[in-house]
Amino acid sequence: MQFVISMHINPAVLDALTDEERQALGQGHGEFLEGLKASGELIITQALVDPSQAAVVRVHDGQRVVTDGPFLEAKEYLGGFYLVDVEDRDRALELAAQIPDAAIEGLGVEVRQVLFSDGQLEA
Amino acid sequence: MTRSAVEDLLRELTPQVLGALVRRYGRFEGCEDAVQEAVLAAAVKWPSQGLPDNPRAWLTTVASHRLIDQIRSENARREREELASAADVPPEDVPDTDDTLLLLFLCCHPTLTAASQTALTLRAVGGLTTAEIARAFLVPEATMAVRISRAKQRVKAAGSTFELPPAPEREERLRVVLHVLYLIFNEGYTASSGAVLERVHLADEAIRLTRLVHAQLPDDAEVTGLLALMLLTHARRRARTTADGDLVPLAEQDRGAWDADLVAEGLDLAKSSLSGTDLGPYQLQAAIAATHAVAATAADTDWRQVHALYLILERIAPNPMVTLNRAIALAEVEDPQAGLAVLKELEEDERMAKHHRLLSVRAHLLELAGERDAAYEDYRRAAKATASSAEQRFLEERARRLRG
Repeated sequence: MQFVISMHINPAVLDALTDEERQALGQGHGEFLEGLKASGELIITQALVDPSQAAVVRVHDGQRVVTDGPFLEAKEYLGGFYLVDVEDRDRALELAAQIPDAAIEGLGVEVRQVLFSDGQLEA
Repeated sequence: MTRSAVEDLLRELTPQVLGALVRRYGRFEGCEDAVQEAVLAAAVKWPSQGLPDNPRAWLTTVASHRLIDQIRSENARREREELASAADVPPEDVPDTDDTLLLLFLCCHPTLTAASQTALTLRAVGGLTTAEIARAFLVPEATMAVRISRAKQRVKAAGSTFELPPAPEREERLRVVLHVLYLIFNEGYTASSGAVLERVHLADEAIRLTRLVHAQLPDDAEVTGLLALMLLTHARRRARTTADGDLVPLAEQDRGAWDADLVAEGLDLAKSSLSGTDLGPYQLQAAIAATHAVAATAADTDWRQVHALYLILERIAPNPMVTLNRAIALAEVEDPQAGLAVLKELEEDERMAKHHRLLSVRAHLLELAGERDAAYEDYRRAAKATASSAEQRFLEERARRLRG
């Protein structure tokens, strides 16, 4: 079964990390990714640009209105995700716990099962 | 010869050629790669150039050469020398034994996860390509390739040999094989948008493989029961969804659209599986499917018998899903309140209480009991809890109907 494991990042928390901590975070994701590839559980992972680069699109009376910045003024933003194909929910939770963000106060890792998918898999 | 006829032939020949190679050279993992390469080459060549005189001998020879090449490139000097002589004597073309069962025992090795067992079985015994298996399971080909190669490494590490497991564990190992075939069938049965065709194909494949096992073990009641269960379930495939892919529950299916040949064969097998003294979960599920199959209309269903069979199944293989089905049957035999009382026990388990199957069964029983508001709430909660979009549409439709 397929799950999205998403990272909810807090720019303030990330900014406050020391260089070593930031490096360890990057390395942790690298190792996690290699492990997922080797186990045949990774489908795709994507990391998103900083929330300040987001744009919100609305349509009023057929007219497009674009506002720069994220949809919600929040502390945490979607930073990226891993889409995995695993044996069961427990394995997805086990994997989520291996993501370095899970051990950093103020960052969140969320697990949700996929309900529907379509499109090209060979991204 | 058409492409699909060639593919059918290749699927049939794959386990025979692989069996011959493993007997000759050992090293299952290397042989499996070599056979896959030979099958891919044949799939390209045969449709345009026609079949060779002896397709199996052609595959065996090509696969043997690939294997030797592969070993050469591994640069293992000693093995190279050993195999240089072995290569001169390719395996006997006509195997004197059907190796399907031995291969299944290897592919369904207990050290593998279910996902790896199913993938490896479909490739090594089913003769499907990695790309086809990946499409059927909705994962990228690279993901599936890694999964299969890792599974083979694991089988190798477990020190498996190409022979029947010793008698004490044979029974248990066979249960694992049957479970894997059942999982492949179910995967094919769970229609999901965009992949419906590939998945139907998986159900066919599971039936084909189970037929092979049945041919080898015609007296095993559980093998017969599993085949009967698959056929009786597969017989309903056309009636089970609308043209738009919406689910149609058993009670509302057009029974005229059931596949009469599959029903007849399934009924025969179900009957013969119950003739001995053994009684296992597949036989019982086949007997339940058979009880539904002989009812001309939903109203004619012998619910008393269905309930009795679920009661036995619950005793020999306890499982909350079986209890849920028994609750539905009991509601038909007695009244909806009796069914709801059965659910009460399951609700004590916190995780089960939020399970979409429990919620949808309770919604159904509440609706039968005339408690429309409570039924509406449960249908909505069940729709939120399911991970199948077809089922979600169905449950939302049930909820809407109550408000309509």
